[in-house]
Amino acid sequence: MKLNVNGKIYSIDCDPDSSLLDVIREKLRLTGTKRGCDIGVCGTCTVLIDGETKRACKVKVSEVVIGKSATFTDSPKILTIEGLSDGDDLHPIQRAFIECGAVQCGFCTPGMILTAKALLDKNPKPIREEIRKSFTPNLCRCTGYQQIFEAVEMAAKLISK
Amino acid sequence: MRIPHPKDWEIAMTKRIDAVEKVTGKAIYADDLKFDGMCYAVPLHSKYPSAEIEDIDISAALTSDGVVDIITANDIPGSPRVGGLIPDHYVIAKDRVRFMGEVVAVVAAESRSQAYSAADLIKVKYKPLDPVLDPRIADSKGTPKMHDFRKNNILSSFKVRRGNVERGYKNSADIVEEHFETSFIEHSYMEPESCVAIANPDGTVTVYGGMQHPFSTRRYVARALGFELARVQIIQTTLGGGFGGRDDTIAVICARAAILALRAKRPVKITYSREESIRESYKRHPFIMDYKAGISKDGKLQSMDVDILADAGPYCAVTPFVIWRPTVQCTGPYIVPNVRCDSKGVYTNNTPTGAMRGFGTPQQVFACESFIDICAEKVGMDPLEFRKRNFFRQNITTHTGQKLDNHEVSIREVTDKALAAIKWKTKFPKCSRGKPAKDGFLHGIGFACSYRGVSLGAEGNDFCSAITNIQPDGSILLEVGVSENGQGLKTAMASILAGELGIRIEKIRFIDTDTSSIPDGGPTVASRGTLVGGNAVIDSANKIKKMMTPVLKHLIGASKGGYIFAKGKIKNRESGKTISFDDAVAACHAKKMYLHSLGLFSGPKVSWDEDVGKGNAYFTYVYGCQACELTVDPSNGKVRVEKAVAAHEVGKAINPQMAAGQIFGGIMMGLGFALTESIVHKNGEIQNLNFNSYRIPRSIDAPEMTAILVENPDPAGPWGAKSLGEPTNELMGAAIANAIYYATGKRFTKTPITAQEILRAIGGKI
Repeated sequence: MKLNVNGKIYSIDCDPDSSLLDVIREKLRLTGTKRGCDIGVCGTCTVLIDGETKRACKVKVSEVVIGKSATFTDSPKILTIEGLSDGDDLHPIQRAFIECGAVQCGFCTPGMILTAKALLDKNPKPIREEIRKSFTPNLCRCTGYQQIFEAVEMAAKLISK
Repeated sequence: MRIPHPKDWEIAMTKRIDAVEKVTGKAIYADDLKFDGMCYAVPLHSKYPSAEIEDIDISAALTSDGVVDIITANDIPGSPRVGGLIPDHYVIAKDRVRFMGEVVAVVAAESRSQAYSAADLIKVKYKPLDPVLDPRIADSKGTPKMHDFRKNNILSSFKVRRGNVERGYKNSADIVEEHFETSFIEHSYMEPESCVAIANPDGTVTVYGGMQHPFSTRRYVARALGFELARVQIIQTTLGGGFGGRDDTIAVICARAAILALRAKRPVKITYSREESIRESYKRHPFIMDYKAGISKDGKLQSMDVDILADAGPYCAVTPFVIWRPTVQCTGPYIVPNVRCDSKGVYTNNTPTGAMRGFGTPQQVFACESFIDICAEKVGMDPLEFRKRNFFRQNITTHTGQKLDNHEVSIREVTDKALAAIKWKTKFPKCSRGKPAKDGFLHGIGFACSYRGVSLGAEGNDFCSAITNIQPDGSILLEVGVSENGQGLKTAMASILAGELGIRIEKIRFIDTDTSSIPDGGPTVASRGTLVGGNAVIDSANKIKKMMTPVLKHLIGASKGGYIFAKGKIKNRESGKTISFDDAVAACHAKKMYLHSLGLFSGPKVSWDEDVGKGNAYFTYVYGCQACELTVDPSNGKVRVEKAVAAHEVGKAINPQMAAGQIFGGIMMGLGFALTESIVHKNGEIQNLNFNSYRIPRSIDAPEMTAILVENPDPAGPWGAKSLGEPTNELMGAAIANAIYYATGKRFTKTPITAQEILRAIGGKI
């Protein structure tokens, strides 16, 4: 099986019923995607598949492999936190999370940042209420969410510049 | 009471030094580790809350695919029981199980799924016993004893005595009584427990894991192995949240991993599923509390009786500390001339309980601050006016006999600031009190106040150390005896060192806690990290400066006024002659000088006399007030907290943005405690083992929050800093309960105050 993750093609050998989360973490060793509940309610394993937020623990790897007839361009594109920025250059959302103090223990942070990306890609200037609603699938126990909302607002400004 | 401290804008604006690795997904948490030859272990939990184990047959499991090893209680080489205060916690259940999360065997295999398959084949023969599930009868006649080596089921008890309560009631115009109860609360750190143990070639063992007190983990592991402390090394990995919950449970998990690693001579990883984590990990104690007060005609508290009963589950953990603190602080920040408080923690077969953000105060403050509003209403006073008549004042003597004269008593200041920000005066009279407003909702506003002893207090031994190790090029390695929990400790410690040495924070590398490198600094709990760690860092910096003095004399001349370390330079205070920090360091190195120092902090003297229930319990205190504005939907009972304001006196905020983050997180955790969170046991078995049924606040529940930092620098703190983590989490419960009362006209005395409870109380259809 082949997967398109962060713009790279990975060949993997595993049970097609494996969760995408297991494959990302254990086979691809991209450990930025976290396991918090394994039942799709905490959002720590959030990845983007073709720009949509998905809980990797609830996605079977067979659902997102590159089909035999599919070409590279029309295969499902999976984005994990490792694919968001290149090298030392941080993505504006990552910069905003740091600037606004939106990171504490950091365990929810990769999922939060990818949720923010999905939101801002669709809605470049969200109002606070839209941001509040967008993060409902992602749990955070440290921050109380407020500085995450502020980070999304700052990121929106950074991106539009 | 003004303490000089570097007012460096850059330091106050410092961003987390561990943020880049966290936003890029590169930070390594324990489950992210992988070693050659690593195998995976899983626990087998009990089937009963209380039972004798008659037999465990692992023969079929041992031959199952991929199994490496299986351990039961008989395979523990050292002590079968561990514990910080009372060693009553079985590493693996021996002969008897005492709660549903008790581990009876641990299976290691080539993969987790193979380990689970094998665990299913273990045959355990139990003889079920009647479990003790009600703490109120835990010590009644006929209730079986939890531990043979204990006298009875009372784990610990404390008291406070002042004056004569009966005489106080005689002087009272009104007497008020109320009963309060709180629920089991799950810490809900987002990272479930995880560790990897490695057997080293020299016979020692190294355990990597996410824990908030690596030294307590080391004691547990060493005790279970029968090893000396030096043979056990604990290295803290990035911790995915603590909140007090990363101590005993992760420590016994590490002990099991270490036993397996030494037997298998292979790295062993144990990572819990969320269900395993919630089933086995200790919770916040549910409290049953009774408050009674006598109040004079002029609205002054005359007497107070307080009883606190805490369900400890079968194991002690830090239960004595958790009930001692609310006992000491039983009156809240109010002058009460006659006080009796008795508290006890009892053993039951429910899930064990231990430290959780607040150490018993979220429960007690919920009761006390709800009760104060009840008292105010009884005497026909506004809750603010009633509090103001009774608040602690500068230099008063508290109910434990402690004179508050060594710090600023700022309870009025925080209350005034919080209530001004939320516009209490104009909003309070407009509360709905049961009559829906034009918009169809019930509107309410409420607040709560608290005072809180800083650090461990007289029940603990408060000391800490820090190592500043300056390299020949001027870069610095910093280690501190307390640990990063996600709260930002590394950043705070590095900020303090940077400020003291007048250098850029980027020159400092903070080394994560390694128990084989730095001395035990005590637990990173009790909101003590900044205070004890920061003071140790300052001491280590001062020692470095002293070491450098002879070389500085040579380089930039002697100075009676000393040297100023600022902006990367060292300046002779008298002559103004300067040298760069790096050049001075290089010169010291050339003179065969190691700029390496061990900074120490030892807490000021505190005291507690258990027999008379009096003492100077803590060396200083912080004060806080939180207020909230909410609406209740009368059609479904749902509460929406619209606004929350918190004013906390922190001494000095080392990093205001991170301090605000503590406040926002504390408010939200308090909101969950008030409205939705409760670990529900049915016959000792937890019914809500994951976040679909244990509901912590989500972003949609977040109110608009305002954090107000009140700074009255304290002589005991680094740059005057005190505490913040826990006080932020002890106030919202009562603030919400009070606001719900002014919205609905109904008083709720049990948490969580669910929509169903509200609907039932206001007579709606469920």
